Amino acid sequence: MRSFFLRQCFVFLLLFLCWIPRSIADDRNPFANDPKAAKAGEYEFRINCALCHGLGAHGGGRGPDLTRAQKKHVHSDAEMFEVISNGIPGTIMPANGTNGQGVGMTDEEIWQIITYIRSVEVKATQASGNAAHGKELFYGDANCSLCHMVEGKGGRLGPELTGVGGSRTRAAIIDSVRNPSRRLAWGLAESTKEFPQEYETITVVTSDGKEIKGVALNEDNFSVQMMDASEQIHLLEKNNLRSFKKSRESMMPTYSADILSNKDLDDIVAFLTSVGAK
Amino acid sequence: MRAQKVFANRFTLCLVVVLSAIQSSAQVTFERLLNAGKEPQNWLTYSGDYSGRRFSLLDQINVKDVHSLVAKWAYQTGATGKLETSPLIVDGILYATAQDDRAFALDARTGRPIWMYQHQLPNDIRPCCGHVNRGLAILGDKVFLGTLDAHVIALDTKTGDVMWDAVAADYQKGYSFTVAPLAVKNLVVIGVSGGEYGVRGFIEAYDATTGERKWRFYTVPGPGEPGHETWEGDSWKVGGAPAWNTGTYDAATNQIFWPTGNPAPSNRGEGRAGDNLYSNSLLAVNADTGKMNWYFQFTKHDEHDWDATQVPVMIDSADNHWIAQANRNGFFYVLDRATGKLILANAYGKITWSDSKDAEGRPIAKKEASPTLEGHTVCPGALGTTNFMAPTYDPQTQLFYVTARDQCDIFSTAPQPYEAGHAYYGSAYFPSEEAEPYRGFLKAIDPATGKIKWKFEHTSPTWSGVLSTAGGLVFTGDAEGNFVALDATSGKTLWHFQMGGAVYAPPVAFAVDGKEYVAIAAGSAVYAFGLP
Repeated sequence: MRSFFLRQCFVFLLLFLCWIPRSIADDRNPFANDPKAAKAGEYEFRINCALCHGLGAHGGGRGPDLTRAQKKHVHSDAEMFEVISNGIPGTIMPANGTNGQGVGMTDEEIWQIITYIRSVEVKATQASGNAAHGKELFYGDANCSLCHMVEGKGGRLGPELTGVGGSRTRAAIIDSVRNPSRRLAWGLAESTKEFPQEYETITVVTSDGKEIKGVALNEDNFSVQMMDASEQIHLLEKNNLRSFKKSRESMMPTYSADILSNKDLDDIVAFLTSVGAK
Repeated sequence: MRAQKVFANRFTLCLVVVLSAIQSSAQVTFERLLNAGKEPQNWLTYSGDYSGRRFSLLDQINVKDVHSLVAKWAYQTGATGKLETSPLIVDGILYATAQDDRAFALDARTGRPIWMYQHQLPNDIRPCCGHVNRGLAILGDKVFLGTLDAHVIALDTKTGDVMWDAVAADYQKGYSFTVAPLAVKNLVVIGVSGGEYGVRGFIEAYDATTGERKWRFYTVPGPGEPGHETWEGDSWKVGGAPAWNTGTYDAATNQIFWPTGNPAPSNRGEGRAGDNLYSNSLLAVNADTGKMNWYFQFTKHDEHDWDATQVPVMIDSADNHWIAQANRNGFFYVLDRATGKLILANAYGKITWSDSKDAEGRPIAKKEASPTLEGHTVCPGALGTTNFMAPTYDPQTQLFYVTARDQCDIFSTAPQPYEAGHAYYGSAYFPSEEAEPYRGFLKAIDPATGKIKWKFEHTSPTWSGVLSTAGGLVFTGDAEGNFVALDATSGKTLWHFQMGGAVYAPPVAFAVDGKEYVAIAAGSAVYAFGLP
């Protein structure tokens, strides 16, 4: 009886010993800091990731900037491996091999991509702005919250910004404040449709002569669903309109340095970054 | 007297039953396929008939009454993802396909299913762009399905039972089928997919009765074959040139016209110096032997993934026998069908890759259009000015209608070694941050001049095919889920219906019991429309 127990212990010990190195091996990037692997990873990145995350991992129209050392969904290499392998539920980040492009990347290639991403990461410079003051400005004098919501507080006309500090670079946020029309934000994405709706500006004149200006919630060739500055939703058939005009001039005012100083903008970015990092 | 009347009534009933049995069991012969125009109530091939025109002679639904068109039925396929199927309709039964190689037969009047076949796919298939299928071919008592694991399967038209199952190639090396086959004589002609995996492309034909392979034409010539010299070293072995969209057949010359796709790797020319024949070409092959008569290469040594796999359309007039193609590279080409000689090549969308033509009139690629390591912008983008969306030619308006997009991409190279069964792109492409938003159109092109007669702008680019009918109408779908009828002459919209899902499939027209229908797949369903 006793010998049976000991034998069992031995078997367990053996299994345990076998399991430890294996689990460690799975968690560790075998190519960490290997410049050759980073180069291979750069090419794999271009092929598999750049469509959304941009050339050089700086973030494209769809995916976040991955050169930020602080990432929303991952911290360790193992977590990054997990996200690349399995995707992020509720986002458009697909699991490896499930985007209709065949069997996906091998483990080795995923580690190479991680090595590449680590090689281009830029440590966040100490947040220069004052987040507390940024919050005051956001909800106060800068008028951001008239149109943008953060953590359930604010307006509805513009994009919700709770997560923006976690997924966009500081440069991208600043650019969207200084040049809001340069690149319109994306709105509703329908499951089978190739392109999401953008925050285009719509101006219509109804059959009774009323002019309505607002942002497009959605649109097709025959109807438009829009929200005006007072957050009223208008559901309109284009046929019944006297005129319909669509513009890529954003409804968001251009915040030049005269209106919002670089320092105040830094504070607002610091606020958004502090919220987005949560 | 009474007994006599009962007998007479019974005899009449029997006659009706027998006659309708004959009618419903009338098989689709090669003769019927050749003369598809004589039975416009049916839609017998991918494009409706052998010409590739996707034009219906039905005119019950026309410019005058189309405004009253209503949905008659919808069939939920239960599949998710893009539906690219073009249904066949034969004597009141609609045959179509859905994701993951599902085939089904419906009562075309009601949309009620008669049978369903689900091919059992392994879990490590290598599709390029979704688990899609573009439809079936029909001949005799069988419909034919090409599968994502590279099988060609014959199904019984009445039950969906498997009659034969032929393995064409090794799916683990990236070979697959997404194309609707074409039945010609007693052959099932099919072209392979896999240009993203470095396959060696081919077009092949199976005996429709037995499933025995009768011929195979490799679209990348092997050693000793003409064209082999257009490949550097061993690059021909993984040269791509797939053949993933349905061709057409010309009985007068017994030629099959079949288009081919990109050389592999798709966006990196280094290592495969040369023209890379017969990638991105239109091939004219003998239907009986698979021997090539002529070829025309649209994009030499392609580095932008501009497959020339668009449906080639036969256009005939008193003096001319043309074959036309609106190519992914942004040019609309018209060729002489007998010789393959170029008649015209005109840009029909935004292009930056070529600004000159050779002595024959063929656009020449600018050197600076090649992808670079840093990446630079080229128009059209990798998805092309058009793609697999089926076009249509209307002999009444003499216009060619095609779904087009204006889009530019940044093309960047990325060296990638070949590994069997592994994606082999050699590059990346992505939208330029500075690029204008993509725009989508339906364009009406005059094939005699290559000039655009009218264009209709969609809200965003669509992947829908186009149908024209003798009712003076053009039907198409959009990315927002609308099915739209336009005046074929002016491009004015006359009717639309919201189907609730983006369109990636082409429309077809048919009639049952003297009533005309138009059908199209959208979202994950097939819809049919008719007059009230």
